[in-house]
Amino acid sequence: MKKLKVFAAPYLVWMIVFIAVPLLMVAYFAFTDDNGAFTVEHIANVGQYANIFIRSIWLALIATVICLIIAYPVAFMLSRMKKHHQGTMLMIVMLPMWMNFLLRTYAWMTLLGNNGLINYLFSLIGLGPFKLINTEGAVVLGMVYNYLPFMILPLYSVMVKIDKSVLEAASDLGCNSASTLFRVVIPLSVPGIMSGITMVFVPAISTFIISRMLGGGSNLLIGDLIEMQFLGNSYNPHLGAGISLVLMVIILLIMTIMNQFDPDDQVLI
Amino acid sequence: MENIISLKNIVVNFDNEQILKCINLDIKDKEFVTLLGPSGCGKTTTLRIIGGFLTPDSGDVMLEGKRINDLPPHKRDVNTVFQRYALFPHLNVYDNIAFGLRVKKLPEKEIQKRVGEMLEMVNLMGYEKRSVNRLSGGQQQRVAIARALVNRPKILLLDEPLGALDLKLRKDMQTELRKIQQALELTFVYVTHDQEEALTMSDTVVVMNNGTIQQIGSPTDIYNEPINAFVADFIGESNIVNGKMPEDCLVEFAGKQFKCVDKGFSPDETVDVVVRPEDVKIIPASEAKLTGIVESVVFKGVHYEMIVDSVDHKWMIHSTKYEPEGTMIGMTFDPYDIHIMKKLKED
Amino acid sequence: MKKLGKIYMALVLFFLYIPIFVLIVFSFNETKSRSVFSGFTLEWYERLFKNEIIISSLINTIIIAVVASIAATVLGTLAAIGINSMRKVPKAIVLNVTNMPVINPEIVTGVSLMLLFVFFAARMNFEFGFVTLLIAHITFNVPYVILNVMPKFKQMDPNLFEAAQDLGCSPFSALYKVILPEIMPGIVSGFLMSFTFSLDDFVVSYFTSGSTSQTLPITIYSMTRRKISPEINALSTLIFIVVVIVLIVKNIIENRQFKKEKREA
Repeated sequence: MKKLKVFAAPYLVWMIVFIAVPLLMVAYFAFTDDNGAFTVEHIANVGQYANIFIRSIWLALIATVICLIIAYPVAFMLSRMKKHHQGTMLMIVMLPMWMNFLLRTYAWMTLLGNNGLINYLFSLIGLGPFKLINTEGAVVLGMVYNYLPFMILPLYSVMVKIDKSVLEAASDLGCNSASTLFRVVIPLSVPGIMSGITMVFVPAISTFIISRMLGGGSNLLIGDLIEMQFLGNSYNPHLGAGISLVLMVIILLIMTIMNQFDPDDQVLI
Repeated sequence: MENIISLKNIVVNFDNEQILKCINLDIKDKEFVTLLGPSGCGKTTTLRIIGGFLTPDSGDVMLEGKRINDLPPHKRDVNTVFQRYALFPHLNVYDNIAFGLRVKKLPEKEIQKRVGEMLEMVNLMGYEKRSVNRLSGGQQQRVAIARALVNRPKILLLDEPLGALDLKLRKDMQTELRKIQQALELTFVYVTHDQEEALTMSDTVVVMNNGTIQQIGSPTDIYNEPINAFVADFIGESNIVNGKMPEDCLVEFAGKQFKCVDKGFSPDETVDVVVRPEDVKIIPASEAKLTGIVESVVFKGVHYEMIVDSVDHKWMIHSTKYEPEGTMIGMTFDPYDIHIMKKLKED
Repeated sequence: MKKLGKIYMALVLFFLYIPIFVLIVFSFNETKSRSVFSGFTLEWYERLFKNEIIISSLINTIIIAVVASIAATVLGTLAAIGINSMRKVPKAIVLNVTNMPVINPEIVTGVSLMLLFVFFAARMNFEFGFVTLLIAHITFNVPYVILNVMPKFKQMDPNLFEAAQDLGCSPFSALYKVILPEIMPGIVSGFLMSFTFSLDDFVVSYFTSGSTSQTLPITIYSMTRRKISPEINALSTLIFIVVVIVLIVKNIIENRQFKKEKREA
């Protein structure tokens, strides 16, 4: 089949021009000034935004943990349902994800707003109004809501492969439900946990829509910062590229750490 | 010897289908009992009830005289070797075997000693650190057995444990399992659909079909005195023909009358007549009541297997004498080789 | 325990669906209030269909999604065939680069393409618009096609290609008659994935679209930036209905296939 290599040629050109070169340009912009001279100034300036980085990592982390806690039992129950029910149930769980991301976030915007439904319900019992929108809590809520299916799916696909007889074997060998969970189910679902964490954490740390729509102006995240450098008021593609580069490095680091837990499943095919 | 496990009037329904229809079974201590039957006969279900993975819809499960219907598996002194072993893929050989002991929080030293003994018993010394995914089928099988036995259960349940192994390995493991059972003086309840396996290994064979027990007995009894045509057909190979009993010790089939040793049937009652292939004797056609034409001959090593076409039945004959295809031969039977059985009620 | 599980599942589903249902209910609300339902109206739906920006961006989105996913499928399938016959090291390099848009945050992909387009726009005198958007969509779609097709080669008998040639096929017809049918399921799922990602994409489009060529998500975004407009609610309701119909049809088709396979087995 060696002759077939030529079929890849058009894609290779595409890949170089539209994947490799743009990424190299990010690196190039990050290390040059307007005149094209080498500088580390922009990378150094990223340090000024340490608080935004820390907030992004922190909020993304909280959202990831909450997603894991909510998703784990859901995925487990899904995987233990009768086979013909599983497909339908999985579809019901995943269906909201097919709605456009912006619409889902917009839905929370109207729910959490000062004149929104939740505050209205509170007012009926004489409470509030509470400041729900434009808070860090609202941002985390938006992340959890939008990315929860990304946690459920990988967990489910790992758990569905755990044979029923393995759980029975644990019970046969003296495990009650709790020790079966800790000694068998959790160790066997580690690959799913790891890919779920990456699938939630990466979009959560780099979002700028959720923070903009639910966090107001006061809860800037890394994504907002990058967006502002390219399309916002403070146009500065060099700084933007620098921040993007740092973000990529952070994510690569986290993914490398995650892959350590996943011995038999190579990420790259 | 007393009963260690008793099943009393066990009924199990599943999706409106009766899987077990009133099972009564007593298993004696230190006995090797085999549940034998075709797939879907309820043998695995029976085993799962003893293991505690299934609660019967009605009836009682008694362990040493105590009712244990609602006792969960992890509280029963019973361990299981699962059909496809169900080894824990995230643990190595040693940790798989040590699993049950660790759950019981035994001291690590004791665990080490007992796991060591087990590894020796199943011949897997040196494999401690090996991942169970890198073992052959036979080795995985041994780990599964060791993992169950290390807990020193009163009863070991085995669900078609040799099903996935090749013939040679299966024969070796049969002998080995029997040895282990006798050495440890344990009760084994063994599920299989392989009649030969059942006959070689067991003290008692329980033949099941359609959710009922057909016959319980020693391998010799089951083979020589099958209680009905189903058992006869399932255990070994049999010629089963329709016949009737004009009087005691006389049976009529294929239009001829033969002497037999069974009595107690009502006159002219229709019956199943069962003759084992090795019990059909070949005689010259001129001297025989029953004749047929040899349709095929296959050499089987110890004997020839012949299919003989006669009147209304094709007879299977095992004989050391070779008869070429197309010859007309005569057949005869000794009276005690003709087994008369009541017709099974069709349900 | 089982009851507790059901309650838990119900709560999670409640959490997932309640915002959408609130949107749907208020899409029929007479006033712009987001908390009090004052009366039934279809006014917002009417306005939605009269809103030229929304309609034109919807059409634009569909055109982009169709063209981009078809182009990505062709490019990606050819690429997968080629990559599969590469040697180990070049193969690993190509696959790693291919994975970049999948692993990278969308914003980085968007920004990197924007930098490229800005660079060429200044030198070659073109504007951001349909073409840049299309290129961006093809770029983030191709990896998903490749990642869907590649595993099919692994499942395939490695001697299939030779066997076809042995039986008299030219390499090209062997490819067409034997390899293509084998990898078809991967191609189809890659195409469908591309299509839905294209329809739904906001971040990459946001950085590469310019003002002349908007997609629906971008229009939605600018609507949410302005005042509350219940037209968004109406749009959400329609999209939700379309999604439900598509998924139900998909489920029915799959169930039929499942039953058919079961019967055959």
